[in-house]
Amino acid sequence: MKLDPAIRDQVLATVPSLRAFAISLCGNIDRADDLVQETLLRALAHIDSFQPGTNMPAWLFTILRNLFRSEYRKRRREVEDADGRYAETLKSHPEQTGRVEFEEFRAALNKLPSDQREALILVGASGFSYDDAAAICGCAVGTIKSRVNRARTRLADLLAIDNVDDFGPDRATRAVLAGGGRN
Amino acid sequence: MGIRGKDEDMKHRRTNLEPLEPVADKPEGQDPMGRTNTMPKPEARLGREVQARIGQQLRAMYNDVVNQGVPDHLTDLIRRLSDEEK
Repeated sequence: MKLDPAIRDQVLATVPSLRAFAISLCGNIDRADDLVQETLLRALAHIDSFQPGTNMPAWLFTILRNLFRSEYRKRRREVEDADGRYAETLKSHPEQTGRVEFEEFRAALNKLPSDQREALILVGASGFSYDDAAAICGCAVGTIKSRVNRARTRLADLLAIDNVDDFGPDRATRAVLAGGGRN
Repeated sequence: MGIRGKDEDMKHRRTNLEPLEPVADKPEGQDPMGRTNTMPKPEARLGREVQARIGQQLRAMYNDVVNQGVPDHLTDLIRRLSDEEK
């Protein structure tokens, strides 16, 4: 029998967020799209195990994360590649933040241990509850909370150090050289 | 006496400044973004500023990808698979 269109639409609606999460895991857009495709193949093959009315995004994120852990994790995360290729895939940089600041943030995020980065993204960007994030990662809620807190503290440290530059003309110079600006 | 006069002067100033003191141990300051800040503890306000910035940057980065929507090949894949007889 054919897939319920309502379910199909829920899957489709989750894909953009699924890609964003995949990119944060892989650090590489091509690999991320492969991972999303594989996730969708697996999800649709096992769609009967999805309980209608439950959280579709959490279900798909769980599948994607498990796939990533089992297969993609073996390959090393390509941080240097992430800096170039990831930025390339972005159509535009966020308007409110300068390009330099944006790159600094991504560099800092890349310095986090993967389990902390993952927890921070699920809660801070994907908008999952701590409970959902714990279910997706297969760990206790307290573990997620502690990972998110450690991630925030570490990022704050990294960004606070970088911010010393904000006082000098150097930052403005760099912003101009980077072709960006503060607005 | 000069010293006493100075004490009184200080005392006078102190009274004027009094309301600020319980609120801030460093009354005037700038956060790392260069904005003047009158929030309580330097560490706490630094934390809040940076945390707000972290949240904002995180969502901006994430939403940049989200706003790209669904790539055509994935839309096609989902439609094809969902139309298949099982």
